[in-house]
Amino acid sequence: MLQTVRRSARDGLDDLMETLRGNYRTAILGWQEIATRYQRSRVGPFWLTINKGVLIAALSLVFGTLFGLEVDYFIPYLAIGLILWTFIAATLGDGCRAFSDSAGTILHVRIPLSTLVAIALYRNILILAHNAVIIPLVFLLFLRPVGWEALLALPGLALLWLNLGWMCLLLAVICARFRDVTEIVNNVLQVLFYLTPIIWTMDLIRDRVQMIWVVLNPFYHLIEVIRAPLLGEPVAAVSWLVTATLALAGWALALPFFGHYRKRVPYWL
Amino acid sequence: MSATPASIELRHVGVQFPVFNAATLSLKNRVLSSVTGGRIQRERDRHVLVRGLDDLSFQLQAGDRVGLIGHNGSGKTTLLRVLAGIYTPTEGEVRIRGQAMALINIGLGIDPEATGRENIWLRSAMMGIPPQQTRACMDEIIEFSGLGEFIDMPFRTYSSGMQMRLAFSVSTATQPQILIMDEWLSTGDEAFRTKAEARMNDMLANTEIMILASHDPNLIRHTCSRVLWLEHGQIRQDGPPETVIPAYFG
Repeated sequence: MLQTVRRSARDGLDDLMETLRGNYRTAILGWQEIATRYQRSRVGPFWLTINKGVLIAALSLVFGTLFGLEVDYFIPYLAIGLILWTFIAATLGDGCRAFSDSAGTILHVRIPLSTLVAIALYRNILILAHNAVIIPLVFLLFLRPVGWEALLALPGLALLWLNLGWMCLLLAVICARFRDVTEIVNNVLQVLFYLTPIIWTMDLIRDRVQMIWVVLNPFYHLIEVIRAPLLGEPVAAVSWLVTATLALAGWALALPFFGHYRKRVPYWL
Repeated sequence: MSATPASIELRHVGVQFPVFNAATLSLKNRVLSSVTGGRIQRERDRHVLVRGLDDLSFQLQAGDRVGLIGHNGSGKTTLLRVLAGIYTPTEGEVRIRGQAMALINIGLGIDPEATGRENIWLRSAMMGIPPQQTRACMDEIIEFSGLGEFIDMPFRTYSSGMQMRLAFSVSTATQPQILIMDEWLSTGDEAFRTKAEARMNDMLANTEIMILASHDPNLIRHTCSRVLWLEHGQIRQDGPPETVIPAYFG
């Protein structure tokens, strides 16, 4: 049993290493969709950024008023959370479709399957980079100071990205076999959006809800390790611990799982 | 050209496909049927296993030009995919030495919105050709396609002949050790076809192992030195074209 797991993990790792060695593939194919958007209109993916900006403004107005929050804290808080959530949801959605939508490629060219997942991740990072432009603009608008501790958001982003990596790898395999999982994941993400402090803050619920229900949600920590440093707040040790452990445990699970099933994926398409 | 000569070895290779229907592709149904334990449900859900290849064993060495014949559903495409390293057999062992390239769908990876030049990058990346090599081949590919100024226009604005010419030019720009084809590539107008034919022959001469699936007896006779006749996923006959082709085409 242990031996099978180890062999599968090595198989999965081999595939992953091949993707890393052929990173030009990920770069060229991942950039393509963005390039197409630039071709259709000069502002390209910034159209999405503009949409996001409008959404943030509207939500800030509604919820800020509703909850009676200070706008110079709430709007930056909401902007960061919403942009990160969009990134998370879009990446996981693309991860689900990474294999099932690439049947043509998988059945005609020998390509490491993890490359297709890497393409989905890379493309969404590029879109995130476009959307993230809103954050400094919002900070500027409210003249919010940014300290050196904001740099802690970078390891936070790396941890988020690592976690999305194993989630996508796992989901890509499962969704290739069970096509309805894509829909299930979408539904779960929709619910999680409301359960995660993005459009509401922890302070608002402190008296009404047991904290444990929020703390159990890994997505809270994944967002917190990026949002808190940017807002100049200390990151709770538990958040670093949860995100790092989740990344380790997740990869330890996803690698043998992927290694075991990757040979079956072409037959499922 | 790589130092180690190409070789392919199949030992007792078998491939079994699960054939899924809408019900078996659904996790919800899977969970429901295990919860309700409904027997009828389970009977209907049991997916069918189709045997694509059955206990195939053969060896190919550098210099082999193999023609693959057989009726539809005899396992030709499945075997091509095994040889290209796309399918990992469910039974037996495959050993492929040398870098293989499948020219099965030459339009794959093309984005109609992108320009011709961008599509050269895309298609090359898809085939696993490193960027240095693509850069080195770029001018030659553009020249061969005969697209001229059009190379910087979006692919969707091309006539179908131009689209085929570009796809052909990129796909045949690099020389693989092992070349895998499903039918011969021929394309374009008269002038381009002659040029394309010359390039295909050139490629064929320089490739170490060629595997070509085809329904055309003349093509097989002209290009292959060995013919594998597949039937129900097994080798019905294996020999030189002079003996296998008359036996198959009758």
